[in-house]
Amino acid sequence: MTITAHPEVVPRQLTTTHAASDRIFHGAARTVGLFVLCMTGAIGVFLGYQSIPTLRHYGLHFFTQTQWQPELDHIGIAAVLVGTVEVALVALVVGFPFAFMVALFVSDYAPKRAKSWLVSAIDLMAAVPSIIYGLWGFYLLMPRATEVARWLSEYLSFIPIFKVNTDAHAAVWQQSRYTSSVFIAGLTVSMMTIPLACAVMRGVFDQAPAGEREAAMALGGTRWGGARMVVFPFAKGGIIGGTMLALGRALGETAAVLIIVSPDFTIKDRILEAGAQTTSALIAGNFGDATRSQLSALLTAGFVLFLITIIVNSAAAVVIRRSRSGALTEI
Amino acid sequence: MTTLDVPTRQGTATPDRPPPSPAAPSSAAPRPPARPRRTRSLTGEDVLALVGSIAASFSLVVIGYGHILDFSGILGFLVCWYVTFIALYVVVLAISLPRAIVVERVVTAMLYMAAAIVLFALGTTIVYTIGQGWRALDHLNFFTKDMSAVAPSAPLSQGGIYHAIVGTVVEVGIAVAVSVPLGLGTAVFMTEVGGRGSQLVRTVVEAMTALPEILAGLFVYAVLIVEFGMAKSGIAVAIAMAVTMTPIVARAGEVALRVVPGGLRDACGALGASHWKTVWKVVLPTAGPGLVTAVILAIARGIGETAVVLICANASNFLTYEPIGKPMNSLPLFIYTMYITHEPNAIVRAFGAASVLLFMVLALFVVARLLVRERKVR
Repeated sequence: MTITAHPEVVPRQLTTTHAASDRIFHGAARTVGLFVLCMTGAIGVFLGYQSIPTLRHYGLHFFTQTQWQPELDHIGIAAVLVGTVEVALVALVVGFPFAFMVALFVSDYAPKRAKSWLVSAIDLMAAVPSIIYGLWGFYLLMPRATEVARWLSEYLSFIPIFKVNTDAHAAVWQQSRYTSSVFIAGLTVSMMTIPLACAVMRGVFDQAPAGEREAAMALGGTRWGGARMVVFPFAKGGIIGGTMLALGRALGETAAVLIIVSPDFTIKDRILEAGAQTTSALIAGNFGDATRSQLSALLTAGFVLFLITIIVNSAAAVVIRRSRSGALTEI
Repeated sequence: MTTLDVPTRQGTATPDRPPPSPAAPSSAAPRPPARPRRTRSLTGEDVLALVGSIAASFSLVVIGYGHILDFSGILGFLVCWYVTFIALYVVVLAISLPRAIVVERVVTAMLYMAAAIVLFALGTTIVYTIGQGWRALDHLNFFTKDMSAVAPSAPLSQGGIYHAIVGTVVEVGIAVAVSVPLGLGTAVFMTEVGGRGSQLVRTVVEAMTALPEILAGLFVYAVLIVEFGMAKSGIAVAIAMAVTMTPIVARAGEVALRVVPGGLRDACGALGASHWKTVWKVVLPTAGPGLVTAVILAIARGIGETAVVLICANASNFLTYEPIGKPMNSLPLFIYTMYITHEPNAIVRAFGAASVLLFMVLALFVVARLLVRERKVR
């Protein structure tokens, strides 16, 4: 039964000829896809290309210099990078427990009727413009959060990050030393990261196998027991991925941070103290009066931010995809 | 929870239709209708433990926080109350209940609190914004006039944000007109056409959904405005918005297309329809509400994009409908320019504009929600 035994048997050639309309359709769809690929890819390539002269001029000093003083030719992003990461980390540390707990609440604990409303509320929270959160953080949150900051620095200042360079025990405390800090910016940014992380986590929690959950209940487990033994192991990837996605968002947040922080180009770990700067706020605050070379320096800072967020987001996407094969439901 | 519901529902059904077995004498005294066992009722003890813990922690914190620790500020008070409550609740429950149930109860309490805190934060954002902006929203001229020849500190009976509303609508309109065909086309390419490059497109699009808006703005600023000498204008903003919105539409649209059952496509093909006909007549209509939701969410995102308008537009004070060549204001930019003046009346204007922005986003959300509900009914 081999081909050689029956040389006249030749497998029929199967060719699909698409209709003209289909060929146009495929070509058009492919063109659009590749155009979008070029458009978005161009951003990365352009930023990278534009940063060459800056990196050639400043070399590695660009990454170690803390000051941004174009008139003195002192330009570097060490301080802003640290500030960016600090704000994002504060947002993450504050936001993660809330995102996690709300996601679990919505998927397992909430009354059925409340569930869809909660989902809508979280989605709405994600869509509130960041400048509104900025105003909220500046006018409503800041006066109240400074008092928490003072308390933290008064009683916990043996932990370096809670130290503030002022007399915490003074009879009349210097409120201005506690405003516009990394802490408050991070709290505000967490309002934007919570819904993002929450939506991803909830999506994965909902996909946890119902049979195993019910089996855990049937064995007499509590809801928390079921969540711990069934949902969390299943959703581990989603939890990590959602958190990283939120981190990526926090790293690039602009408007709220721009409103809240007062620029300060020093590397410091005292997150409660006034003054900080992040990469995106630096760009938004300085592009206006930038000369061509300064613009190139800002584009370089943007390129570094671009690389960081792309790495974080791609890692998040990989982690989420490995955790579940089904459809992604979030933006 | 569903598993627990099932037996109770059967329990209610049984007494209505008793099994017609001869052993059961029908003349026997009618049994009282069996009431389903309430599976998740709180006993009086549970309620007492909860209420007692809340009251005790409140009293403790009033004394400890208010008087001993010399602590000021409502926010710190709430944080302390929360921590004390959880600690007390654990202790009270642990007196009489086994460990697993204590954990379950405490976790339930913490989860309810977490949801309440997040909703409270969202609520304060909305209420505070509208409350602060109310004095501006109160004036009709706030919606119908522009700010030409009106100083930011002028009384609220002068000037308005009509020009900023128009600017936002024009800019978002152009961005939608560009990004929706591109985004949906890309989604169709990724899910329906596939082939060479689709995986690469998917990876890049996915990575770009989280691109910081400021980088899109900076890109357009450096290329179109600095290199090509374009004026800062509505069209520059719209292009930058389109750059950030396209990946969002593409990704959400891909999700909506992917849940269309494959059987529909196969059935269509088996009937001899061409691929184009299948996509146009079957796949896209089936995914319709999902696609519209994707577009609406992308619009909501675009409306609020602040970083882009900060970089690519000039805050003009007068009304213009022309996106090309003329400076065009928009709501986020208006809010920011009012904010940086730090004039009391300007701040009220900023909050008023923020309220309008919130209303726009809310309206889009209501539409999206209605669409989703409609899909469920079908």
